Amino acid sequence: MSEHTTTAPIPTLEIKNLVVEYRTEDGIVHAVNGLDLRIEKGKTLGLVGETGAGKTTTGLAILRLVAQPPGVIVDGSIHLNGENLLMKSEKEMEKIRGKQVSMIFQDPMTSLNPVTRVEDQIAEVIELHEHLSWNESLAKARDMLELVGIPGERGVDYPHQFSGGMKQRVVIAIALACSPQLLISDEPTTALDVTIQAQVLQLMKNLREKYQMSMLMITHDLGIVVEICDLVSIMYAGRVVEHGSLEDIFNNTRHPYTEGLFNSLPNLEDRKAKLKPIKGLMPDPSNLPPGCAFCPRCDYAMEICHTDKPGKVYRTEDHFVECHLYSEQNIGEKVIGK
Amino acid sequence: MSKQQPLLEVKNLKKYFQTPRGMLHAVDDVSFKIAEGKTLGVVGESGCGKSTTGRAILRLVEPTSGEVNFDGIDILKLNPEQMRKMRQHMQIIFQDPYSSLDPRKTISQTIEEPLRLNHIIPDKNARIERVFELMETVGLAERLFNTYPHELDGGRRQRIGIARALALNPNFIVCDEPVSALDVSIQAQILNLLKELQSRLNLTYMFITHNLSVVNHFSDDIAVMYLGEMIEMAPAEDLFTQPLHPYTQALLSAIPAPTLNKKMDRIILKGEIASPIEPKPICRFANRCIHMQDRCRKEHPELIEASTGHFVACFLVQ
Amino acid sequence: MEISQSKQDVIQKTKQYKKRSQILEVWRRLKRNKAALIGLAIVILLFLMVIFADVLYDYKGVVIKQNIPNRLQHPSLAHPFGTDELGRDMLARIIHGGRMSLSISLVSVAFSLLIGGSLGAITGYFGGRIDMVIMRIMDIFLAIPPTLLAITIVAALGPSTINLVIALAVSSVPTFSRIVRGSVLMVRDVEFIEAAKAIGATNRTIIIEHILPNSFAPVLVQTTLSVAVMILTTAGLSFLGLGVQVPTPEWGFMLSSGRTYIRDHSYLTLFPGLAIMATILSLNLLGDGLRDALDPRLK
Repeated sequence: MSEHTTTAPIPTLEIKNLVVEYRTEDGIVHAVNGLDLRIEKGKTLGLVGETGAGKTTTGLAILRLVAQPPGVIVDGSIHLNGENLLMKSEKEMEKIRGKQVSMIFQDPMTSLNPVTRVEDQIAEVIELHEHLSWNESLAKARDMLELVGIPGERGVDYPHQFSGGMKQRVVIAIALACSPQLLISDEPTTALDVTIQAQVLQLMKNLREKYQMSMLMITHDLGIVVEICDLVSIMYAGRVVEHGSLEDIFNNTRHPYTEGLFNSLPNLEDRKAKLKPIKGLMPDPSNLPPGCAFCPRCDYAMEICHTDKPGKVYRTEDHFVECHLYSEQNIGEKVIGK
Repeated sequence: MSKQQPLLEVKNLKKYFQTPRGMLHAVDDVSFKIAEGKTLGVVGESGCGKSTTGRAILRLVEPTSGEVNFDGIDILKLNPEQMRKMRQHMQIIFQDPYSSLDPRKTISQTIEEPLRLNHIIPDKNARIERVFELMETVGLAERLFNTYPHELDGGRRQRIGIARALALNPNFIVCDEPVSALDVSIQAQILNLLKELQSRLNLTYMFITHNLSVVNHFSDDIAVMYLGEMIEMAPAEDLFTQPLHPYTQALLSAIPAPTLNKKMDRIILKGEIASPIEPKPICRFANRCIHMQDRCRKEHPELIEASTGHFVACFLVQ
Repeated sequence: MEISQSKQDVIQKTKQYKKRSQILEVWRRLKRNKAALIGLAIVILLFLMVIFADVLYDYKGVVIKQNIPNRLQHPSLAHPFGTDELGRDMLARIIHGGRMSLSISLVSVAFSLLIGGSLGAITGYFGGRIDMVIMRIMDIFLAIPPTLLAITIVAALGPSTINLVIALAVSSVPTFSRIVRGSVLMVRDVEFIEAAKAIGATNRTIIIEHILPNSFAPVLVQTTLSVAVMILTTAGLSFLGLGVQVPTPEWGFMLSSGRTYIRDHSYLTLFPGLAIMATILSLNLLGDGLRDALDPRLK
């Protein structure tokens, strides 16, 4: 993808060959293994994968919040608007977090301070980054609450006085208080009910447009991806195994893992269709197979898959897959799922 | 609903909890039947009383009032000893495969426990043989015999929970969100296992979930609960193609479908679920309903049969 | 024939997947904790000393036999810890005193664990009115400082070793019932308890097989800490003359009688003090280590 960087405008986020390890007593956990990722301004990328795929570690690495020790960012670069975040000092990172990049976590309760009024929690961020007076910050905090659909006068309440959906709205208000260029959302609606999830997703879509924000949407739910993302990266064992537009991923699926994810989902149209789960389990990230990490679970595994790591094969400029099944010659056709 | 003699018939089941702010109506006057070998899916959002219903049927929480007829016996009238025996026929699979297993017991101890406690197989070796058999049934490798739950992933732990429930050869199993805590690929493995077991062992399920696509895939009939009440119940096909209650409609439209082909008109509900404490005798969904009329704020809609087998509690269809 | 064949299979299989011994597992995890190992070593040493006290020093001939000409000698080869004001060898008295201190505290901890633990388990598990009544009574006891309570009991019953044990046991029953109740409450609402109910376990089975093993860790730590506290309280009561009576050696009592000579013969207080300190420290280190080692979730 590097050949585009010279001509295209600078992307909001560009991650190249990111490697993150957790060095524990019991061995090295390879959480992220050479991850490439790119989000253009105003676009939303869905980072899809299962537990232990390294999605959250990636999100934390962007903010340089990977717990050190045991976490170590071993290799790679993370460029935010052309600046390498891995070269920044801790002081500079503090200015970036919450101002240029914000993160929303799965459980709203753990990201709110239970003994501080919600408007104060929002105002704190504003005061810190925008250098406004406390009163101006408070006023803006109430505006932010209104923006996420909570009456401003409820700002004097404490987090426990809000329901789960409202708390997540407050978290979103905090994240957006300083109009960040990039919002990392780590499973923001997983803890919420379907109808509330629909509300929150709608809100996020509206705000994204309003602020012209780029978004990294970490999720395991392909339904949410359709809802809110422009591009999708499918992550497995710390690598992006397939990447492309919604159209590419949903209608021109190439990687057997992506295919497996779709087949595992109950089909709303055809309720009698039998589920075809992916056999086996996620590999142990401290003991990854030498070849393709997915090959022990893959129905199409060949000899080479056990020994060599597959490289990227591009179907279009955007759509690539890392799988030995494909070469420049046959990438145009779908060889799986017959 | 099927015309067969139902295996389970629940009538006017209520479970109220005393709270400092008044009576919490967790389950309010719920009635339904499940025919042998069938699955009733129960859907609803957190706090709608679906889990409490499942537990009240097994008397894991004591119902406030009502009747639970299992195979013709009202189990709410049984004394503790009789109930203990009855439990062999009625089992439960829990949502959280982490907290539903005793961390200090090995897999074999966990699966063996029901056999041991109910003196089903007095001989230790025969019991162990049955444990191996159950492990095979749910797809657990023999070598895991003496491992501890914390050494295993969520999917395998859930298999242990299923094996434990199957140990007593029950007819009826309450599945309380059995796949909600699992990854998609593992979720499908467990759903397939449950389906296969159902046809092999002629099991009857009450399948509680908040995931509508799962419930659609899994159930013969579906009941939708809202704030402790059952507001709609119909054969799965019917409910998905012709939902009658505005809440069901909103719920169905809110499922994010993983496909590009169909763009549904999304009904986005305003507001959130009301308080289940001392609810007024009006429609409990009224404050969020887009079709709300005056009547909805004055009267309480009863569950009526709108078409054959399709029950709904809404003034729009009355 | 076929049945016995499958039986053979089962026996074969269970052997093959033999459970790793729980004790070995705990030991493997404990080994990683250096502090706990040091604690364990000191505890073992203490117990050995106490068990073989009679072999090391004759009770009648050395420990309680007065030898006035030898009184108040500084530590030397003949008397490594010196001699006391009645000319008795301090090392011998500390070893035999340890026997007294340790057995008093172990027995009283065992009693209060049994009584307090059962009360805590019952109140925690059943809740409701039983909980209300028993815990309010415990609160009344808790409102009185344990040492004061022990003093009152001994004063009422008269000073003797048995009464001391009773006093110590009673005074820490409330603490144990609180701790056990707390951990039972925490375990009680976890789903596996509900699961046990669903497979037809009786309340007794649930408490014994599921709740107690899972609330064991905090109780164990409290137990080791309590042994330490008991040693201190025994010492304190003996110091006040309410505990062990002369001429029986006991650390607290030795500390008390040595204080008159603290200026010129500090070893009379130093060695009993060190003995108390070493015992308590090692028990605490061991307790902490065991808590971690006993948790199967931490590998």
